[in-house]
Amino acid sequence: MTRPLLEARQLVVEIGGTTVVDCVDLSVASGERIAILGRNGAGKSTLLSTLAGLRPAAGGALLLDGEDAALLHARQAALRRAWLGQFQADPFGSTVLETALTGRHPHLGRWDWESTRDAELARSALAAVGLQGMEARQIHTLSGGERQRLAIATLLTQASPLYLLDEPLAHLDLNHQMAVLELFAGAARDCGAGVIMVLHDPALAHRFCDRALLVHGDGRTELGTVDDILTAPRLSELYGYGLRQLEDGGHRCFIPE
Amino acid sequence: MPTRRRAFLILVSLCLLAVASFGLALTVGSFKVSYGEVLASLLGQEGGPGDVVLQLRLPRALAGFACGGLLALAGALMQVLLRNPLADPYVLGISGGAGVGAMFAMLLGLPVIGIDGLAFVGAFAAMLLVFGLAHGDGSWTQTRLLLTGVIVAAGCGALVALMLSIADEHKLRGMLFWLMGDLGQSAQWWPAFVALAVSLLLTMPFARELNLLSRGLMQAQALGVAVGRLRYAIYLLASVATAASVTTAGSIGFVGLVVPHLVRLATGNDQRLLLPASVLAGGSLLVLADTLARTLIAPQQLPVGVLTALIGVPVFLFLLSRQPK
Repeated sequence: MTRPLLEARQLVVEIGGTTVVDCVDLSVASGERIAILGRNGAGKSTLLSTLAGLRPAAGGALLLDGEDAALLHARQAALRRAWLGQFQADPFGSTVLETALTGRHPHLGRWDWESTRDAELARSALAAVGLQGMEARQIHTLSGGERQRLAIATLLTQASPLYLLDEPLAHLDLNHQMAVLELFAGAARDCGAGVIMVLHDPALAHRFCDRALLVHGDGRTELGTVDDILTAPRLSELYGYGLRQLEDGGHRCFIPE
Repeated sequence: MPTRRRAFLILVSLCLLAVASFGLALTVGSFKVSYGEVLASLLGQEGGPGDVVLQLRLPRALAGFACGGLLALAGALMQVLLRNPLADPYVLGISGGAGVGAMFAMLLGLPVIGIDGLAFVGAFAAMLLVFGLAHGDGSWTQTRLLLTGVIVAAGCGALVALMLSIADEHKLRGMLFWLMGDLGQSAQWWPAFVALAVSLLLTMPFARELNLLSRGLMQAQALGVAVGRLRYAIYLLASVATAASVTTAGSIGFVGLVVPHLVRLATGNDQRLLLPASVLAGGSLLVLADTLARTLIAPQQLPVGVLTALIGVPVFLFLLSRQPK
């Protein structure tokens, strides 16, 4: 049995002294996709950045590819997981290609410059999110959706085996939402990548993930396969609003009552 | 992103600009010296008109170049650290602290070495104060650092104004020149030069990491930058660079703000090119401005800080208005 890409043992996450996630056990195997769902402010993003090792956990252990994340150098961690944040602020100008190339940083030595191969990787990542031909554009001329897709292209350029995505569908219109989800589904299926994503739509989570982690915000979490855990009663409790469940050709859909 | 070759060509042409600025600084002045005589004295020939070059103009030009380079480097680093295009070397109160130290030394009538010493102590004290206050509980955000720096700088400004108002009439001119930045008062050129060489050598290995840092803390950390350590190092380096420059030549304005922006406009925002190019451009600019400062209304000299600001303000406003919305 191969070791998991990420393993959290009894992980505790606190925000400003309040425990939002208490003792969660989570392990992500190669090719597995996990959705994190919860209300606004429940601690989904904080949990995700803790899982990425970007923020210290209040308790428990986090292993990235079998090694303690707290002891890993930032660069070693960057080769084991890629993290997509919610906000991209760009105080300084930069081109689309330059931005996508930043994903190559952990692969380059201190004095290396990006090679033509790195540029090819970045170009194909841009093409994968439909940004081909825009390499020379300045990033502050991009729309919100284009900027989000550029952030995803940067993530692909990083070429790590585990993707941690915080609201990857933000700012995207419907076709790009599906394209991005298909993209990561393909990465999991064909390249054995692991994916954890914070999502807002339980129907998409059911369709594109294997397991789901519900974060209640008071420390409680529920983890299980999407079929078991993404049900109307559980989700109604999670969001504090009644939901009705519809099934259509294996796809599940939830409608607010 | 510039290729290695393009970066090399840009740096070579900036080196030529630096050489040209030195050529001008050494030959022009109330006492004309020809290029031949300059070369002869640089090559060790004693006596003749070359002496004015070796004893007066060369040390002054070297000090000017070092200060310009230090300020441009510190400005570029502060802009990355604070992720704010409007940051400059003085924004965190270092020049304010140096000003308080220098004014106090002048008020006491200390010699040049005392003024430089107290200026450096003031700069260092301001740096520690800002860092200590902003660091607080251990989480120092850019906004908090910036606000603390601005407030400390304002406090220093008030102290400087207080000392100016109680100073003797005959000391005022020297104090004002110091505050506006003046290379005529620099005692030694080599400390600034050493500071410039050391800080550039220490930052260059981290240039690509600085590129990432300018895109955000979490982003940089996720891509493999040890953000915490890098930020401490950058803050310390930029502060020492600023303190070295301010101690040598007073608070010369606008070089640290405008030069990184000028270079960024011409070459893009890759720190691997931006940092050394800023050093060369900032040094050359200050040497040229100082040559103007001592020749425009010769034999009287202007404080070079006035000239850099007079050149800097319209250039910066022009750049700002050109920036795509």
